Amino acid sequence: MINYLPILILFIVAVGFAVTNVALSAVLGRQKPGVEKLSPYECGIEPIGSARERFSVKFYLIAMLFVIFDIEVIFLYPWAVAFKSLKVFGFVEMVIFIGILFICYFYIWKRGGLEWD
Amino acid sequence: MESYLFYIVGTIAVLAAVYLIFERNPVFCALYLIQTMVCIAVLYILLEAQFIAAVQMIVYAGAIMVLFLFVIMLLNIKGDEESKRSFPFRKIPAILMGIGLLTVICIILKSKLLQGKQDVYTVAHIESLGNTQLIGNLLFTDYLLPFEITSILLFVAAIGAIMLAKRKL
Amino acid sequence: MNKELFIFIIIASVKVLLVFGAVQFMVIAMIWLERKIMAHMQVRLGPMRVGPHGLLQPIADGIKLLFKEDIIPQKASKFLFILAPIMTVVPALVTFAVIPFGDTITIFGRSIDLVITDINVGFLYVFAVSSLGIYGIVMAGWASNNKYSLLGGIRSSAQMISYELTLGLSLIGVVMLTGSLSLVDVVNEQSTLWNIVMQPLGFFIYAASAIAEVNRCPFDLPEAETELVAGYHTEYSSMKFATFFMAEYANMISVSAIAVTFFLGGWQGPFLPPVVWFMIKLSACLFFFIWIRSTYPRLRYDQLMYFGWKFLLPLSLLNILITGLIMVIKG
Repeated sequence: MINYLPILILFIVAVGFAVTNVALSAVLGRQKPGVEKLSPYECGIEPIGSARERFSVKFYLIAMLFVIFDIEVIFLYPWAVAFKSLKVFGFVEMVIFIGILFICYFYIWKRGGLEWD
Repeated sequence: MESYLFYIVGTIAVLAAVYLIFERNPVFCALYLIQTMVCIAVLYILLEAQFIAAVQMIVYAGAIMVLFLFVIMLLNIKGDEESKRSFPFRKIPAILMGIGLLTVICIILKSKLLQGKQDVYTVAHIESLGNTQLIGNLLFTDYLLPFEITSILLFVAAIGAIMLAKRKL
Repeated sequence: MNKELFIFIIIASVKVLLVFGAVQFMVIAMIWLERKIMAHMQVRLGPMRVGPHGLLQPIADGIKLLFKEDIIPQKASKFLFILAPIMTVVPALVTFAVIPFGDTITIFGRSIDLVITDINVGFLYVFAVSSLGIYGIVMAGWASNNKYSLLGGIRSSAQMISYELTLGLSLIGVVMLTGSLSLVDVVNEQSTLWNIVMQPLGFFIYAASAIAEVNRCPFDLPEAETELVAGYHTEYSSMKFATFFMAEYANMISVSAIAVTFFLGGWQGPFLPPVVWFMIKLSACLFFFIWIRSTYPRLRYDQLMYFGWKFLLPLSLLNILITGLIMVIKG
């Protein structure tokens, strides 16, 4: 528990630093707002519509696949730590686990889940 | 000191959850949920469950919330659009379901169903071996079958994700 | 409050401030070095005006940015717009808490480990914290309400989550060899042999993923100037922009420090003091970043995703299986 106290101190220092940084320029810089200046940048032309358009479903798919593989990676951590004591038994288990995930991976690949078109 | 920390972090977690419910802007909701997740991770650290705390951060706060944010941005629901579509009296089933869920939680907590046996796993024992090492040893011996089934579960999830996102199959 | 705890807090605070100061100094030094090294690689002189050989250039830039007008676009979500740089820089700085930068030293009869804190899930801590770095970038892109920013933010986050997987997988080989998630143990394990010898493939995967994770060239798609203006920080000005800049460099330093810790023997080395060894190795890694940047052209986005998902991901799983197989055979 006590080992986490320095992290808290570092966190407080980092947040303090970041907030000071962001606040400083708001205080020091001179403010001269204008309509043109405050409009979103769009290469000099008048901004067309809102920026918050819907975007490609691809990114959504990538996020879902990331969650799936991230959980797999999480399982690998305790396995890797205990690997020396688990020996051959642990290795075989993980070969099965990774094997199933490889099948899953190739399914995604064949279904075009990794394509960008 | 630990109990003070618990009350501080717990209060932040609950407050963030309450803000999450009453916030109208979905992006802010996601942010409050991230805050709750991180607070829960800190609570796990207070319970000496460092590995679970890390998993909570990596999977929930780091991966699932990214997905949530993407979905929110993908759908891009505008406030007015949403209120037009919603059906009347929606508050009644919501309240009923909420009460139902609360009852179930109370019953489970009361029945000590979720309380595992402590056995040899005292804090001192866990400290000496290391949290992750212990979980590794248990997961790959006693709880082997659930672990292997997890990989099939992940496979099913992948199939679902592909089905959802693909236009042409 | 008892005396032991008080001393502990004092020591911890001193270490935190030292590391924090060192990181800040290195960020400033990196800004100058990057411009200078890139310039010489392209047969230019680089900054020469401010101070000898432009040494004071980063400070001049800092002062300039400090007094610049702080523009918040009218259509932006003001709160998130301000929060985003903070959310980017804090995870970048907090990562340094578990990185050991020297051996145990003795001051006033008190032995002090040269690491801010040694926790037994140090490795997971690094990943937990760095996975939160994405939100700052997504938020910056979304809050700006600018098309380029949003595209840059989304692209960047998709890239970061893709390469976070391989980043985590590449280090599992090292964890298997060490049998611990504590970074101090990982360094101690390498007293005779650096892990890069045992895990060459792992190091390659780590290096590629790390460059992509911190959005550096040739993977700097999120801020591809030629198509996205400046990506997620297009609308940012003055110190908010500087904060993003700082986060990028701090991230670069932190992934380099992790590479040194996991693959290059940490602070281990003969003759010179441990801290000096650590800094030499860290500088070599950082130089590598600059070198890569001035050598390779930028990838296309589909190439980037293919490289991560179709090449690095199976390769890193294979690396784990090979490592396991060799360890089982060796007994």
